[in-house]
Amino acid sequence: MITLTNIKKTYNKGAVQALNDISFSVEKGELFGLIGPDGAGKTSLFRILTTLLLPDAGQATVDGCDVIKDYRQIRNRVGYMPGRFSLYQDLTVEENLNFFATVFGTTIKENYDLIKDIYQQIEPFKDRRAGKLSGGMKQKLALSCALIHKPSVLFLDEPTTGVDVVSRKEFWAMLKKLKQEGITILVSTPYMDEANLCDRIALVQKGDILSIDKPAGVVSSFPGELYAVRAANTHLLLQDVRSYPGTATCFAFGDALHVTFSSEAKDLKDYLHSKGHMDVSIVKIDPTIEDCFIHLLK
Amino acid sequence: MRQLITFIRKEFLHVFRDRKTLLMLFGLPIAQIVLFGFALSNEIKNSRIAITDYSKDAVTEQLISKIASSNYFDIQRTVQSATQLEAAFKKGDIRMAVIFPANFANDLVHTGKATIQVIADASDPNLATTITNYITRLVNDFNTQTALTAGKPLQILPEMQFLYNPELRGAPNFVPGVMALVLMLVCTMMTSVAIVKEKELGTMEILLVSPFKPIYIIISKLTPNLLISVVNLFIILILSSVFLDLHVKGSILLLTFDSILFILTSLSIGLLLSINAKTQQGAMMGSMMGMMLPTMLLTGFLFPIENMPVPLQVLANLVPSRWYFIIVKKVMLKGLGIAAVWKETLILTGMCLFLFTISLRRFKIRL
Amino acid sequence: MPSSIPPPVITTDKLTKRFGHFVAASELTFQVDKGEIFGFLGANGAGKTTAMRMLCGLLKPSSGKATIAGFDVYTQTEKIKRSIGYMSQKFSLYDNLTVAENIRFYGGIYGMSIAEIRAKTAELLQELQLEKEAKTLVSDLPLGWKQKLAFSVSIVHNPDIVFLDEPTGGVDPVTRRQFWDLIYHAADRGVTIFVTTHYMDEAEYCNRVSIMVDGIIAALDSPTRLKQQFGLDNMEDVFYELARNAKRKAD
Repeated sequence: MITLTNIKKTYNKGAVQALNDISFSVEKGELFGLIGPDGAGKTSLFRILTTLLLPDAGQATVDGCDVIKDYRQIRNRVGYMPGRFSLYQDLTVEENLNFFATVFGTTIKENYDLIKDIYQQIEPFKDRRAGKLSGGMKQKLALSCALIHKPSVLFLDEPTTGVDVVSRKEFWAMLKKLKQEGITILVSTPYMDEANLCDRIALVQKGDILSIDKPAGVVSSFPGELYAVRAANTHLLLQDVRSYPGTATCFAFGDALHVTFSSEAKDLKDYLHSKGHMDVSIVKIDPTIEDCFIHLLK
Repeated sequence: MRQLITFIRKEFLHVFRDRKTLLMLFGLPIAQIVLFGFALSNEIKNSRIAITDYSKDAVTEQLISKIASSNYFDIQRTVQSATQLEAAFKKGDIRMAVIFPANFANDLVHTGKATIQVIADASDPNLATTITNYITRLVNDFNTQTALTAGKPLQILPEMQFLYNPELRGAPNFVPGVMALVLMLVCTMMTSVAIVKEKELGTMEILLVSPFKPIYIIISKLTPNLLISVVNLFIILILSSVFLDLHVKGSILLLTFDSILFILTSLSIGLLLSINAKTQQGAMMGSMMGMMLPTMLLTGFLFPIENMPVPLQVLANLVPSRWYFIIVKKVMLKGLGIAAVWKETLILTGMCLFLFTISLRRFKIRL
Repeated sequence: MPSSIPPPVITTDKLTKRFGHFVAASELTFQVDKGEIFGFLGANGAGKTTAMRMLCGLLKPSSGKATIAGFDVYTQTEKIKRSIGYMSQKFSLYDNLTVAENIRFYGGIYGMSIAEIRAKTAELLQELQLEKEAKTLVSDLPLGWKQKLAFSVSIVHNPDIVFLDEPTGGVDPVTRRQFWDLIYHAADRGVTIFVTTHYMDEAEYCNRVSIMVDGIIAALDSPTRLKQQFGLDNMEDVFYELARNAKRKAD
C-alpha cells in the first residue's frame, strides 16, 4: 500500500539531514506506527508521502501511485491530519466538516457511518467554533474531516501530542475501529507506550530507522536480560545502582530502575542493603519498546 | 538599573542579527534622501507646452526665443490650430499653451499694451499654478528687459485660462490619485495576506492534499476582494460627488471597466507577493514596501512624472497605477471616451494578463 | 529547641479564579515543602494553566490566599517573580542569541553581578558539557540540549522554586532522563520543583503529585500512596481513573 525506497531529504542546502536513506513498506489494512522524538524526520516523511514535499533522492508510492508523478491521484485518495491543528478556527464544527466534505466531492451523509463513533462525541458542540474546542475535541474533529471521503490510506502526524492521557486512549480506540474498516493507517507518535497498539512499528531517530518489526519482535530482539530494581528511595537508588560495578546500563522508569548487568549480580541486594536501602526488590522483566529504543540509540 | 541595561543590550543584539530589519533601518533613509533630493520635486523642468503665434513679428520672435531658452519648457512646435490644441490638451500631450493673437504687434505698437492668451491644464492644479507663475514671471522679465533697451516700457499681459478645473481645486487631482492608491494597496495587501494566512495556520496543507484544484484556491481568494473593491470604488465616487462636488464627466461604464482591469492587476500582484511570503507579517511588509512607496511616488499625482529623471520615468511606466491614474483623470475630469484611453487600457490589460499568468504558474502546489 | 524545618515554599488556601461565570480553578488548598519535587497533573482544560499562572504571580486570583516563597500573591508579585524560575516547552531561550549570551541575559535580568554571571556561566557550561558551544546560536543546538540549557538558565539565579511547564515534550528518552538528572541535582541543592507533564512515568519521579479535574484538586499524595489508594500499579491508570469521568472535556 505504501512503499519507500532509499528516500533522502535534507534542508538548508544539506545542513540538516532529515531523512537518511529510508526504505520500508506498509501493507494494506495495517496500522503502522512511526515512533520517535522530535527531529526524527517523521513530519518530513509524512509530507513526502502526501506529496507536499519532494524527496532529494529515492522513490515512494502510495496506493500504487508514485508520489512525484501521480501526485494528483494520491491527493484525491488519502486522508491527512498534519501535526498542528489545521482546521478553520473561525468556522464551526459542522461548517468545517461540510467544507471538507464538499472539497472531496462528497457529503457528510454519504460516509457518516465511518465517522459516526467519532463525530457523535463532538456532535453536541457542532455549532461551536473550532478554535474554542479543547485539544482532545480538536483531534476528533480533525480526524473526522480526514475520514469524510473514506480514504484508502490515512496519514496521521502526531495526532496525540500534547493531548492528555484520557483523550489519547480514546483516540487509539478509534484507530483500532477504523482498521477494521480496511483503511491503511500510518501514524507517528513520540509516546513509546503507544507503539504496542500498532501492528508494526518503525523506531526512528535523527533521520535513521533503528528498527522495524512487530512490537513483540522489537522487544524480543533486546539483547540479554532486563531487571526492574525497586527500593523505597528511588532517587538514591539510581546513584547507588549506577555505581555498582556489575551494572551495564541503568535507566529510570517511573518507580523502578531498568537495569542490565555485565556480570552476575548475585550480591546486588546485599550491596543495596549495606547502603541503607529498604524494600529492595529485583525482578526480571520483559523489555518495553522504550527500553529497546534507548538501547538502539547508543 | 542593571536589568534595564541587560535588556537593552539584548535588544541591540536582536536588531543587528536581523538582516531584514537592518536593511529597512539604514536603507530607507538613504533611499529617501536620494529620491527626494535628486529625483522627485515639484520644480518644473521641461514641461511640454505649445506656442501658437498668429502675429509672427519681431517681438513675438524675441519672446518666444526667451521662452525656448529657459529650462522650464519644452516647446511642441507642431501644434498650431485651435483644434490641434484642443486635441493635444485632451490627450495630455501639453500642459499649457501660449497663444499670441494676430493683432499682437499692432496693439503693442499703438498702445504699448498687448495680451497673450495662456491656457493651462488644471487637472493637476499645483502644476498648473506653478507653470503659469513661471510664464508670468518670464513675461514680466521680458517686459522689464525691453523697457531698458528700447526706453519705452512694454506691457505684455498674460491672460490665464484654466481648463478642466477652473477653480484650481485640489480634489480633481487627488481623488483619482487616492482611487489608484487605495485600490492598489487594498487589493495587494488583502490578497497576499489571505493566502499566506492559510499557509501560516496550516490549513493550506490540507487543501493541497485534496482534490481541490489550486486554481480554485486562487479564484476563491480573489473573488471577495474583487467584489469589495468594486463596492469601494463606487463609495469613493459617490462620496466625491456628494462632498467634493466632483462628478464623473465621462462614461461610468468605461470607468468601471478600466477600474476592474486595474483591480485584477492589483490582485495579481497580491497573488505574486503571497507566493514567497512565509508569514502574514511578511506579506504585509512586502505589500507596503513593495507597492505603497512606488505607487505613491510614481503614479504622478504627488509628483509630476515628466519632471523626474529619465530612469525614474521608465520605472514609473512599469507601475500599473500610473496608467490607471491617467485613465481616471481623462474619463472623470475631461469626460473623454475610449478613443482617448485605448492606449492606457491596452497597457493595463497587458500587465494584468502577464502578472496573472506568472502568478498562476508560480503558485506552489507543494510546501 | 526551635524547629529547623524550613517553612513551606508554596501555601494556598481556597485559591480560586473565575472568568465571568466560569470557575477555572476552585478552592485550591495545598502546600509544597522546600526541596520537594511536586508534580502538578491534570487533563487539558482542567485548570492547570490557570493555577500555575496564579502561583507565578501572573494572574490575580479571584479569591482565596496564597504565598510563594513567603510572599503574598496579591501584593508582592514583584518579589515573587524574583524568587522563582520558569521554563515552558514553547519558549525559554532566545534563538538568535548564543548560549553564553542567553545565560548572561537571564543573569542580568535577575540582578546577578557580572562576577556572579561569569562564575555561573563557567559552572553551567561544564555541567552540561557545552563548553565548546558557548558561542553557538541556540537555534543551532539540537532540541535535547536546548531543553537542558533552558532548565539550567531558569535556575541561574538560585531561586527558591522553579516552575516547569511540560519541559520534556517531544524529547528522546535518553535526553528526558538526563533532564530529570538535572532536576534531581537541583532538588538536592534545595530548589523546589513544580512540574507539569503528560508523561506518567515522570509522575513517579515526584515526591508528591496532585491531579486536577474540572477545576478542583481531585487527589494529592505521593505516587506510592495514590497507587495503594486506588489499588492500581502505575500512575497512568490512577490518572485515567480520575480523569475519565471529567465533565469539562470540551473546554
